Amino acid sequence: MLLSELAMGASATVLEVNDNGPGDRIAQRLRDLGFVTGEPVRLVARGPLGADPLLVQIGYTRFALRRAEAARVTITTEAAA
Amino acid sequence: MNAAAAPLRMDASHGRAQLQVALVGNPNCGKTALFNLLTGTRQKVANYAGVTIERKEGHYTAPSGRSVRVLDLPGAYSLAATSPDEAITRDVVMGQHMQEAVPDLIVCVADATNLRLHLRFVLEIAQLGRPMLLALNMMDAARRRGIRIDTASLSQMLGMPVVETVAVRHGGANALIERMDSTQPSPLAPRPSSLAALPDLHAEVRAILAATVSIPRRTAAVDDAIDRIVLHPVFGLAILAVVMFLIFQAVFSWATPLHDGIADGIQAAGNWIGDTLPAGALRSLLVDGVFAGLGTVLAFLPQILILFLFILCLEESGYLPRAAFLLDRMMLSAGLTGRSFIPLLSSFACAIPGIMATRSIPDPRDRLTTILIAPLMTCSARLPVYALLIAAFIPQRTVLGVFNLQGIVLFTLYVAGIVSALAVAWVIKRLRRDQSEHALMMELPSYRMPHPRDIAIGLYERGMIFVKRVGGVILALTVLLWFLSSFPAPPAGASEPAIHYSLAGMIGRALHAIFSPLGFNWQICIALVPGLAAREVAVSSLATVYALAGEGADSGLQAVVASQWSLATALSLLAWYVFAPMCISTLATVKRETGSMRNVVVLAGYLFGLAYIASLATYQIAKAIGA
Repeated sequence: MLLSELAMGASATVLEVNDNGPGDRIAQRLRDLGFVTGEPVRLVARGPLGADPLLVQIGYTRFALRRAEAARVTITTEAAA
Repeated sequence: MNAAAAPLRMDASHGRAQLQVALVGNPNCGKTALFNLLTGTRQKVANYAGVTIERKEGHYTAPSGRSVRVLDLPGAYSLAATSPDEAITRDVVMGQHMQEAVPDLIVCVADATNLRLHLRFVLEIAQLGRPMLLALNMMDAARRRGIRIDTASLSQMLGMPVVETVAVRHGGANALIERMDSTQPSPLAPRPSSLAALPDLHAEVRAILAATVSIPRRTAAVDDAIDRIVLHPVFGLAILAVVMFLIFQAVFSWATPLHDGIADGIQAAGNWIGDTLPAGALRSLLVDGVFAGLGTVLAFLPQILILFLFILCLEESGYLPRAAFLLDRMMLSAGLTGRSFIPLLSSFACAIPGIMATRSIPDPRDRLTTILIAPLMTCSARLPVYALLIAAFIPQRTVLGVFNLQGIVLFTLYVAGIVSALAVAWVIKRLRRDQSEHALMMELPSYRMPHPRDIAIGLYERGMIFVKRVGGVILALTVLLWFLSSFPAPPAGASEPAIHYSLAGMIGRALHAIFSPLGFNWQICIALVPGLAAREVAVSSLATVYALAGEGADSGLQAVVASQWSLATALSLLAWYVFAPMCISTLATVKRETGSMRNVVVLAGYLFGLAYIASLATYQIAKAIGA
C-alpha cells in the first residue's frame, strides 16, 4: 500500500520510494530524508482540510508531506509491530 | 576527492594564521544559535552575489589569539540541492562557489536528538574528504531525554573529531572553541572497514547509531502532547486563530502609537531645524523632503520590529511550521503554501514587513507569488483614504437591524483585496513556465524555548536591513517627490495653491486625460503624485490642492469632497486604492527582497492595470445607475 493510505496513528515499514517520472527530485529528497527500505514510519496527524498534509514520523523526525508526496512511498504494514 | 588540508591564510593585521570555518548542518540543528554564540554581535549579514540568500559571516578571537572567521551556511538536508539555499551550501563545501574561498575547516552541526536524520548529511559531507569536525548540538536536550552517546567511538567511526555543544547555554561552545584552537584542521582519519562494505549512507548511519547511541524513545513526550492539541483539526485551528489575532492586534494597535510618535518626533525635529533657517528652498528641502522621508522610513520600524518579534519567537519555538501545516491545504488551493499565510496576514498592517517575512518560504516560486500579492492586502495606510471617502459619501445607516452601512463598505474593501489576491495567485500559478510540483516536505522540529540572544540578534538584523537598504531608496524617492511638488515656484500673484504650478501639478493635470474616464478630477490626479510616497499622504495632498491647511483641514476636506465630488467618483477612488501600487516604499522593498527590477515592474504594472480596470468599471457602472 501507499504511505498516503496509511490510517491515522498506524505504523508501517517503508518498502521503497517510486520516482514520479525521470529525475524526480521530490522522490530523491524523500530518500535523503530517510524514506528507505526497512525504515519504520507512523502517521501522527493529518491536516484539518481534506486530511492533507500528512504528518509522518520517520526515525526521530516528523515531516509534513502533501498527499502527492506521500503517494510516492510504498509501505507494508505486515512487519510493523 | 582530495584529502589535503587547505593552506592557512595569513591574517594581515596580526601576522597570525586566520582560520576560516564554515558551519553546515540540517535545518533545525541549532546551527544559527551556535553561530550567534560563537560570534555574538560581530556579524555581517549580506547577500550572496546575484541571489537573495543571506550570507552570514562573523568572527571571534580564540584564546590563543588567533582570529577565526565563521561562515554560517544555509541549512541543507543533502548535497543533492533542491533549493537555491541548499545550492549555496553545496557549492561552498565542494569548493565550487565563485566568490567563496574553500573553508579550512567544515564544522558540521548535528542535533544530538535527531541523529538518524542528521548523521546522513554528516557522512555525505565526509565523502568530500575535507578537514571536518562534528559538533553534537543540543546535548542538554539529549541528556534530558536519556539519550546516551559514546562520543569517543562515534569519533572513531566517523574518522573526525566530535565535540558536544549546547548552543543556548553561556559557554556552551567552549569545547568546540578549544578543539579548533588546539589542533590544526587535518584530513579525516581512516574509518572502520566494516562500514565501507555497507550499500549506502543510510545503512552506515544505522550501523553507527547501533554501535554508539542508545535512545530510550523515539520522540520527546512533551512534543507528542503539545502536537496532539496544536495540530488538532478543531483546537489547533482555534489556537492558530488566537495567535494570529494577537499578532495582528500587536502590529496594528501597539505599533500605531509608536509609528505616530516617531513620525511626529521627526516632524518636530524638522520644524525646529526649519525655524532656525531662513524661508526658502533649502528649508523646504530639509523639512518637507529629507525629514519627511526620514519620518516615513523610521515610522515603519515599530511595525517591522513588533512583527518580527512575534515571527522570530514562533519560528524559534517551532510553532511556525505547525501553523503552515494547518493552513497548507487552504493556501495550496490558491497556488500558495501554508508558509505564505503569516506574511500575508502581516501585510494587513503593512506590506513592507509582510514582504520581508516571506524569507521563511523556502520554494522561490511560492515566495515570489506571496510577495506579488502581499500589496493587495488592505494595509493600514489605506485607512485614512477609506475613512475620508466613506465618511463623506456613505450615510450612517443601519442595515438589517445590526450592521452599519459604513462598516459594510469598509469590510467589502478588505474582502475585495483578499479575493483579488487569491485570484492573482491562481493566475500566476497558471502562467508560470515551471509547472513542476511544489514540494512541502516540511520538518516539524521539536518545541524549544526561544533564546533571547537569538531573538535580539534576529531583530537587529531585520531592523538594519530595512533602515540601511530600503531606507535609502525611500529617502531618495521622497526627496524626489518633494522636488516635483515644489518646483517651479508659483508665479507672482498666483491664484491657485503652489502645488498647482509645480511639476507635480503639471504631471497631475497631464494624468487627468488618462484618469478622467475613471471620474477623477484634476485635484485628485495632482494628489496622486505626492501620494506615491505613502498612501495616507494623498489625503494631506488633497487638502493642499484644495488650499486647506492647518487645524480643521480634515473636516474641511470632508465637506469639500462631499459637496464637489459625485458618489461615482468617490467609489471609483476607493476601488483605485484597493489595487493601486501607490507606495514606493513597498516597491523599494520588493526590489531589495527579490533583487530584481523586473519583479518590481511586473508588480507595479499588474496592480496599476487592475486598479484602472476596477475604477473604470466602478465609475461607469455607478454613473449608469445614477450615482
